[in-house]
Amino acid sequence: MTGLLSYLCFFATVALSYGVATLGLNLQWGSAGLFNVGVAGFAGVGAYAAAWITAAPAAAHWGGFAAPIALGWLGAMLAAALVAAVIGAVTLRLRADYLAITTFGAAVTLQLLALDLTALTGGPFGIAFIPKPFEALADRPLAFGAANLALAAAVTAAAFLALERLTQSPWGRVLRALREDEAAAASLGKAPARFRLQAFVIGAALIGLSGAMQAQFFGFIAPDNYLPVFTFQVWVMLVVGGAGNNRGALLGAVAVWALWTLSGTALALLLPGFWQARGAALRVVAIGVVLAATLLARPRGLIGERATVSRHVAQAGG
Amino acid sequence: MARMGVFRDLAGNRIVHTVRADATAKPSRPQRMLEISHLSRRFGAARAVDRVSLRLPAGCIAGLIGPNGAGKTTLFNLIAGSLRPSEGRIRFLGRDISRAPAHRRLAAGLGRTFQIPRPFAAMTVLENVLLAAQGQPGERPFANWLSPARVAAAERRNIDRAREIIDFLALGRLAGAPAATLSGGQRKLLELARVLMAAPRLILLDEPAAGVNPTLLEVIIARIRDLHAGGVSFLIVEHNLDLVGRLCSEVHVMAGGRMLVSGTPGAVTRDPRVIEAYLGGGA
Repeated sequence: MTGLLSYLCFFATVALSYGVATLGLNLQWGSAGLFNVGVAGFAGVGAYAAAWITAAPAAAHWGGFAAPIALGWLGAMLAAALVAAVIGAVTLRLRADYLAITTFGAAVTLQLLALDLTALTGGPFGIAFIPKPFEALADRPLAFGAANLALAAAVTAAAFLALERLTQSPWGRVLRALREDEAAAASLGKAPARFRLQAFVIGAALIGLSGAMQAQFFGFIAPDNYLPVFTFQVWVMLVVGGAGNNRGALLGAVAVWALWTLSGTALALLLPGFWQARGAALRVVAIGVVLAATLLARPRGLIGERATVSRHVAQAGG
Repeated sequence: MARMGVFRDLAGNRIVHTVRADATAKPSRPQRMLEISHLSRRFGAARAVDRVSLRLPAGCIAGLIGPNGAGKTTLFNLIAGSLRPSEGRIRFLGRDISRAPAHRRLAAGLGRTFQIPRPFAAMTVLENVLLAAQGQPGERPFANWLSPARVAAAERRNIDRAREIIDFLALGRLAGAPAATLSGGQRKLLELARVLMAAPRLILLDEPAAGVNPTLLEVIIARIRDLHAGGVSFLIVEHNLDLVGRLCSEVHVMAGGRMLVSGTPGAVTRDPRVIEAYLGGGA
């Protein structure tokens, strides 16, 4: 029983960490219409930044400042935001498709860098012994799992509330206007590139935070974690949950992560040992089927976008 | 410093329109609001606008007319910043804005409406108008987290002002309605409301009468007069010569990309070159 409960805690903790990435992507895509196909890259930047900052010094990789975890997560957000600022400043003035090409390329490049810059990243072996939050509780699995879940829930709630406030603000109003008619918004004095860049950078910071959370909860990272399938997962979470709706983003993250985990367990039970490694690809197929089914049955996701009104207007009774 | 114009809406309520008066003129001589010199725009080999010069004094209602294809809309887009000139210069309130991007021009006091209105259909009328307020603290993402009280106060002020403008343009009942539900004429009024929210000094109106029913057109004409009395200048592209004659103090006629004639509405419509341009199929 304790084993199952602490497993459920761990499951929910990881699901919420994906939820933070989905919230970040929702700001970029759902609010600003930015097609970021490099989610894995930003998560990876956050994960490695957090690992360098918080891990103990080690010969196998750079960094190891043994700093507090909070500092590591802050650094992860800043690092991912910085990468996004550079990519965004170059591409957001161009046509929308260039962002997709650039983010995809950047994510693949970053993953290869993590693989090959062995002195910095530990190469294919990654970085191990990343300190977990509440390590003092590690000998009591249920308390340890519950504490980690509480931390993940607190961070997710903070991200959720911060984004809700932002999407209902005058800033969010400009993003909605830009998505509807860029020329009209520009004629009303709104600089399209500025608002897009801000949304892209803030979203990337959240995706970086999600990478850092996972690094800390797993205690281990490797370049294989940040393959394009990660990007695909987060996208499916957002589309299934409902792009343009922060609740939908969180719901989608939990639902798709549950499906991913269950399909993994089912494959392990059903397939003979020899086939299991190959069968892992079926999980991606399962997720793809769910994506296609969602798009057919509920194209707006489980909870679609609602008409957002500035909270100030809502209070004034408009 | 700001100038206030006071006038009344349809119901007789007092309406205050504020005109920002940055870079104000020396009171001794009439200020040049807009000064266009030798402005050209080429599309391939064709010159849609061909060495056009135009001066608008502060406080004018100027008309821009001409047969289809004369280059009026291209000239408009050059002034508003949605196109860049191939040659020539545009000065607004003494500043060179020839290459300034469209989004900078409203902050400088130069507003425009579109020939076919472009409301943000999913937003309410009120939100459409609110969006156009300039210098909103809540448009900085971090301000919404770090100084929410300041954002809320500014938003409340803007909501009050937006409601005044919406009432002034006879859209009061529709403030909470999605812009998608407005009629063609109401959309024209919403365009005007949005641009007014930014308190511009000069408004470029692209065919305000097109597709508007006669009753609503009278509202639009009355409102342009009110705003003019409150210190706003206008440059109006219009095919409806009746409207031009009633509103404009000066009319500029374009044909074949060039400025053909300028003068009072009466003189211009009697000018044989203008009649030739309209009847003879243009240059």
